[in-house]
Amino acid sequence: MEPYHNSRLPYARNYITVGLLFLMAALLFGLLAAMQYIVPGWGRDVFSFEKLRPLHVSSAVFWILMAAMGAVLTYISEGENTVRKPTWIKVQFYLFTFSFAAILLSYCFGIFSGREYWEFHPYFSILIVIGWIVFLLNFFHYFKTLKHQPVYIWMWMTGVVFFLFTYLESNLWLLPGVRHRLVQDMTIQWKSYGSMVGAWNMLIYGSSIFLMDKIAGNQTYSRSPMAFALYALSLFNLMFNWGHHIYTLPTAPYVKYIAYFVSMTELFILGRIIYGWSQTLSTARKYAHIYSYKFLFAADAWVFANLGLAIVMSVPAFNIYMHGTHVIVGHTMGTTIGINTMLLLAFAYNILGNDSRYQLSTSRFSVAYNITQISLASFWLALIVAGFLKSYWQMTEPTIAYGELWNRMRPLFYIFYVAGLGLAVGLLYLAVPLIRSGFSKASSK
Amino acid sequence: MRDHQLKVVVFTVLTVLFLCYSFVLYFKDYQETVPADALAQKGKDIWQQKNCGSCHQLYGLGGHLGPDLTNVYGKREQPYIEAFLRTGTTVMPNFHLSDSEINALIAFFKYTNTTGVADPRSFTKHLDGTISQQSSSVR
Repeated sequence: MEPYHNSRLPYARNYITVGLLFLMAALLFGLLAAMQYIVPGWGRDVFSFEKLRPLHVSSAVFWILMAAMGAVLTYISEGENTVRKPTWIKVQFYLFTFSFAAILLSYCFGIFSGREYWEFHPYFSILIVIGWIVFLLNFFHYFKTLKHQPVYIWMWMTGVVFFLFTYLESNLWLLPGVRHRLVQDMTIQWKSYGSMVGAWNMLIYGSSIFLMDKIAGNQTYSRSPMAFALYALSLFNLMFNWGHHIYTLPTAPYVKYIAYFVSMTELFILGRIIYGWSQTLSTARKYAHIYSYKFLFAADAWVFANLGLAIVMSVPAFNIYMHGTHVIVGHTMGTTIGINTMLLLAFAYNILGNDSRYQLSTSRFSVAYNITQISLASFWLALIVAGFLKSYWQMTEPTIAYGELWNRMRPLFYIFYVAGLGLAVGLLYLAVPLIRSGFSKASSK
Repeated sequence: MRDHQLKVVVFTVLTVLFLCYSFVLYFKDYQETVPADALAQKGKDIWQQKNCGSCHQLYGLGGHLGPDLTNVYGKREQPYIEAFLRTGTTVMPNFHLSDSEINALIAFFKYTNTTGVADPRSFTKHLDGTISQQSSSVR
């Protein structure tokens, strides 16, 4: 056990640096993949969509996981003022960095498992499971009891444990009895994915509460009954609301009824955001000079927009109009970029953004930040409008050819692409100083 | 102290319910009308190995570059499907599939078509927000 100091935990900081590199990769592959939306057949024989999509999606997931792990490890050490098992943190770092990089390489050679999100060969899962068990051990080295702990410790514990469970569950398809029964396979697949996203959100939201406490200089919120009530509600949703992904799948009706009922409890969270919005705005003005806080504020706004959309999508009668359309893509992008990435950038700026050699000036930061938010809003809206139009045309013109649908949606995809370019420029501008700072810390260690 | 006990009880109860629900779903009888035969199983393995789901959907889940293929076997003649698989399209690359791979994929589409109907128009919407579906397969 060693006293905590930022420089004592370089590998936790390196998670965020490497995570940011995965974010850059996700932007690059995303732009290349999106080219195929606007120029049909572009790159078809060199880098076809079945390679570019997993490269993009996995890079984005790896950014989220690496940065979330880095934030949790850094904040745990900071909160407890000790660094425990630094060697194991290093082992964990190398396990994930190696396996994630190897996975991206394997896609280039056309090696797939063909599963949504986790499209890599199942052999890589062995490394990921080992890495996550090391993370779990690293986490529990810090906490022998949950008594008197603030809510973020409960959230981190939930995220660490449930991610492992749901990741193992997502590999049940390897059993022939599951794999060769389509409805069972898809039910279990989306059950695991729905809960897994909830699990990594627990890591991220827990870290955001820690950071907010740190900025405010007290633990008033993280120990309040309201914080624990919202945590319990989020846990309830993590466990039981995943069925809204599969309303059209011919699985047991109770799966859908449970999901519908549980998803509606999120209205409470939405109501609380509306009720507390004036306070959020006054806090935003108070901390407007802190870069990290700006990302926390942006994430709040994106939570509101995406939660509203998610609740509408969770009503089965509305869901069937949006399911299988770009509304779902818009929602996924809105949550992974608008919420997850904004929060992770808040942590990245808090942990890596204090190096004056690489710090952005306030005006440059504001330009990059505003480009990012405006581009993301345009990107999100273009996808949602395209999705609604696709749904309308499919419902009203049953014989319409798929190619014709695409031709009609193409103007929206041009907006989507230009907004995507703006988003990439904004995020690149925001991330590069952090990456430079991260490499500088690593080399100066 | 009582506050802490309440937190532990809530967490434990939810976790136990979650595990019970999970195991019910693992061992439930899914009553698929026709189980996948060996050729359809091979077709599903090829579907995954070629990462077809990155562009196409089954039951609306998957990529968006190509159409949903859950019921393609019920909507199109077999030679039509075969032609796509053999040559690709402007957007879809030619995967140079062998005859046996093409037959396996067609058997897989025949199987997916028996599992249900993915078309959102086949659902009846109710005032309480729920949906229901009458038919279970296209042909």
